[in-house]
Amino acid sequence: MATAELPAPRAQVLDDIVAAQRRHRRWFRGQFVAVWLILVGILGVFLWSAGRISWAFIFETGPYIVQGAGITILVSVAAMAMAIVLALLGALGRLSKNAVAYSLASLYVSLVRGTPLLVQIYFIYFALPSAGIIIDAIPAGIIALGFNYGAYMTEIFRAGIQAVPRSQREAAQALGMPERLAFRRIVLPQAVRIVIPAIGNDFVAMIKDSALVSTIAIQELLWRAQRVGRGQHQVLASIAIAALVYWGLTIIFSFFQERLEQRMARGDR
Amino acid sequence: MTGYTADQPAPPHIGEVIVQARGLEKYFGDNHVLRGVDLDVHQREAVMVIGRSGSGKTTLLRCLNFLEEPTVGSVDIDGVRVDAAPLRARSRAHQEQIRQIRLRASMLFQEFALFPHMTVLGNCIEAPTRVRGVPRDKAVATADKYLEQVGMLNKKDEYPGRLSGGQKQRVAIARALCMEPKVLLFDEPTSALDPELIGEVLKVMEELAHEGTTMIVVTHEMHFAREAADRVIFMEGGVIAEQGPPETMLDSPREEATRRFLRRFLEA
Repeated sequence: MATAELPAPRAQVLDDIVAAQRRHRRWFRGQFVAVWLILVGILGVFLWSAGRISWAFIFETGPYIVQGAGITILVSVAAMAMAIVLALLGALGRLSKNAVAYSLASLYVSLVRGTPLLVQIYFIYFALPSAGIIIDAIPAGIIALGFNYGAYMTEIFRAGIQAVPRSQREAAQALGMPERLAFRRIVLPQAVRIVIPAIGNDFVAMIKDSALVSTIAIQELLWRAQRVGRGQHQVLASIAIAALVYWGLTIIFSFFQERLEQRMARGDR
Repeated sequence: MTGYTADQPAPPHIGEVIVQARGLEKYFGDNHVLRGVDLDVHQREAVMVIGRSGSGKTTLLRCLNFLEEPTVGSVDIDGVRVDAAPLRARSRAHQEQIRQIRLRASMLFQEFALFPHMTVLGNCIEAPTRVRGVPRDKAVATADKYLEQVGMLNKKDEYPGRLSGGQKQRVAIARALCMEPKVLLFDEPTSALDPELIGEVLKVMEELAHEGTTMIVVTHEMHFAREAADRVIFMEGGVIAEQGPPETMLDSPREEATRRFLRRFLEA
């Protein structure tokens, strides 16, 4: 301990400061938790008293609704995987000196960002069958979400690749690495580190946007909540349950995302 | 092209010509940065390039291994000759030629450009294993040898982020040596360093020069040039204005432009 070398009164002062800082942090955390509990409590009581919510309904249908989270996560994870692949290809196209690749990528981004996600979902599930292309609801939902997020993430990936200093590519080339190898081994790994926070944000956003696929009868969270809520005239309770589950999911994933970012920041830089 | 004459003969330790640049010119848009440079560099020769910023010295160096495609001219390094081809610079054949040049002439950068996501050792074996196809254990042995030479062997498992600037540049030198190039190109290797870290890098470079590593160094370190150079080149306005042995060049240059540059440089 550094304090051991100091004369007693100074050591005392340092200990007092540390203790005061700790008290302050604890007080801050305490207030934080209190504010959240009180406000959420007030909201809960208000809804409860206004909405004639029955415990029986919650116990009966709660598990059914919550199990929809599985589908929500499945759809989100699969769509995210697809989006990452599309975004990487899109970014390569947008950075390409090949006119065809550049045009294709630009068209993709423009088209997808220029139309509502809901329209894209309808197009794939309701419109394509008229052209003889029939896709089941879950794959259709995954494709629509993946396609949509891929376009937004194209720009993220492009910015990430461009954020890697040019000297990194030059250093690789100066060592005789062919362009592709230099990209794969030197530029891409660094770009991935740069874009991970943004991808995490998009994943959390995707979990929420996946609610839109309830419109094509995928039995995820919101679809289940609506179904049982309407059927038993408990819409308030069922939608509130769905909202709480979405909220919980995003809190959990944000937590993991933060941990991942911290680890990478600490890692090797 | 070499600056060596009857009364200023080439130092005895240098060998055959290994780098041969002819008529190098480079335009950036309308800016005529290189205006026709002919340069011969011999095996085991240490050539230092000095000159004001904007005189074209860095561009010359970058044109030698085609990090900049010259607008006109040709470069021949160890028998691989590449003609400037700005109009078909992206063609596969041309790129492959350039790669062959780069395998023979490795560049060191002002800002080191170590790969931050790889350890020191990883930086050193990446290109040998993946480009030259050297087996990993052999690449590691070579890397150990060169890291030892630059005094960085004890940091081989560190990531670059934990090294000082001087240490990074020494690792970068080892990384370049691991490809066993015929010539090292240094682009102001100490300009990004804190003053107290410059010495350790220059010391490594001086040892390399004395061991007979062929090198072309763009530098502002005149003391270093005096100690380590076989030949000093002064560039001005995109051409080689004067060249010769370091004593002549630094103490009694012929050209007024060289004198003016050195005077201003020593005052600053």
